[in-house]
Amino acid sequence: MGTISEKIFSRAAGTEAKANDFVLADVDYAMAHDGTSVLAVNAFKEMEVEKVWDPERIVIPFDHIAPANNETAASLQHEIRDWIKEQQIPNFYEVGEGICHQVLPENGFALPGKLVVGADSHSCTYGAFGAFATGVGATDMAEIFATGKLWFRVPESIRMTVEGELGEGVYAKDLTLYLIGKTGIAGATYKAVEFYGPAISRLSVSGRMTLCNMAIEMGAKSGIVPPDGKTFEFLKNREAEPFDPVYADPAAEYAQEVCYDAGDIEPQLACPHQVDNVKPVGELEGTHVDQVFIGTCTNGRLEDLEVAAGILKGKKVAVRTIVIPASRSTLLAAIENGTMQTLLKAGVTLSTPGCGPCLGAHQGVLGEGEVCVSTANRNFRGRMGKGGFIYLASPATAAASALSGEITDPRKV
Amino acid sequence: MENPIKGRVWIFGADIDTDVIIPGKYLRTKDMQVFASHAMEGIDPEFAKNVKAGDIIVAGNNFGCGSSREQAPLALKYAGVACVVAKSFARIFFRNAINVGLPLMEADVECQEGDEIEVDLLNGEVSVQDKGTFEGNKLPDFLLEILTDGGLVAHRKKLQSQEMKKEN
Repeated sequence: MGTISEKIFSRAAGTEAKANDFVLADVDYAMAHDGTSVLAVNAFKEMEVEKVWDPERIVIPFDHIAPANNETAASLQHEIRDWIKEQQIPNFYEVGEGICHQVLPENGFALPGKLVVGADSHSCTYGAFGAFATGVGATDMAEIFATGKLWFRVPESIRMTVEGELGEGVYAKDLTLYLIGKTGIAGATYKAVEFYGPAISRLSVSGRMTLCNMAIEMGAKSGIVPPDGKTFEFLKNREAEPFDPVYADPAAEYAQEVCYDAGDIEPQLACPHQVDNVKPVGELEGTHVDQVFIGTCTNGRLEDLEVAAGILKGKKVAVRTIVIPASRSTLLAAIENGTMQTLLKAGVTLSTPGCGPCLGAHQGVLGEGEVCVSTANRNFRGRMGKGGFIYLASPATAAASALSGEITDPRKV
Repeated sequence: MENPIKGRVWIFGADIDTDVIIPGKYLRTKDMQVFASHAMEGIDPEFAKNVKAGDIIVAGNNFGCGSSREQAPLALKYAGVACVVAKSFARIFFRNAINVGLPLMEADVECQEGDEIEVDLLNGEVSVQDKGTFEGNKLPDFLLEILTDGGLVAHRKKLQSQEMKKEN
């Protein structure tokens, strides 16, 4: 009798786990990227453990500063590559393969009912497939590398239902920002959020990834969409191993049950410098924009690029616009179906599949006082460069704003 | 681990995120002094210069929200911060702090910048001169043990050597 989280932890810990219990759980897949693996591998070496617990269950994509932007980053990446070879970890994804949170689902590591832990806060993305997925830091990751296990407090869960249907020009990102605005940046701290209702069922797999990706931005430990036909269709011929979908029991106990109506939602933006500072586009129209960024683990998928291309087709962007597909396969698909040609003809700049400027390290950071409309997931002070102002929005709002050089309602373009 | 921890207070508000604790552009190194020299730069560029070894941070809700970067507690630790007391912590920061051996406690404490306070981790209490004692959330014993051992790496090494002794 439990929530999805309680049932997954019961299986992973081999004991009946209820909310607030401390458990030692077996991790199914462990992910670290070029950023977090540096300290994780360091800690692992300091632990003086010779071999990782299971090389097949460790996944390492290089995405955060990829390709490396200076000698220090390059040398650190070189060290990690050596360690990956030494430990015979087969699931290594080189520079250009894409963002970790896109690469893991594409390669079938994000599976229903699994416990997936990533050394990255947006690892909650894999909840879109019915996994319990959460982020940890580098030393916790070293502990998993060494033992395959980690302690957890089983979270209480919030049951969040979204009725109705999103209107035209309103996307999964708008829904996600709306829910974060309602919940608050810490409203779900320590808790898991289970998403239900017709508006959630209608979301594509890509849209569900956008939603679960940002569960952490309401403080949640995990955001989970119960798997359905769309999930299984996506996973067909990708799954890294067999899986058993897990659903909540009807008598499951929730810390909170909330319900929203998708029909109430307009295009939304999260304003500087906090993700829950969310406003409908109508209140922000006309705000000057210096740069537009379309990409990231939140909104760099094919569907997102297609929406942007639909708006930019046959027109020219008025401000510099950076487009970064979430993965190599996204980029290839966008080339094959003409989306990339449309975007490039409209004047966008294309960068290597990866995190791009999202974390403020390279490929389009902001200057002092500059304003960016970004499809990413965080707008904290200084994130994309000291003195920058970040508005988070859907790819549609971002593309519409690129055309005019000011924040623009995509429904009016 | 020293207990109780006595120190001078720095006050910060709610939702202090990891991008202000240590901006992303400083992450690509293993040099702890780099992290330390930019600690809290996003909110108080003078903090790293003025913080003294043994100082204590007292903050509002959701301290350390944002990314999973372990450099955030490392920056504070190597800048000299002896302990962080907050009304609540973001969960990844909470785990990371314990793992790198930076003591922390959830407590709602009434005090001002510059006050001398005493954090008693083993009893889950914070004492403020002239203002009395505030009850906090005592850490579970297994987390106190990780802190006492000096962090998760040292704790893991201790467990390994215990296991090896058993095998021999």
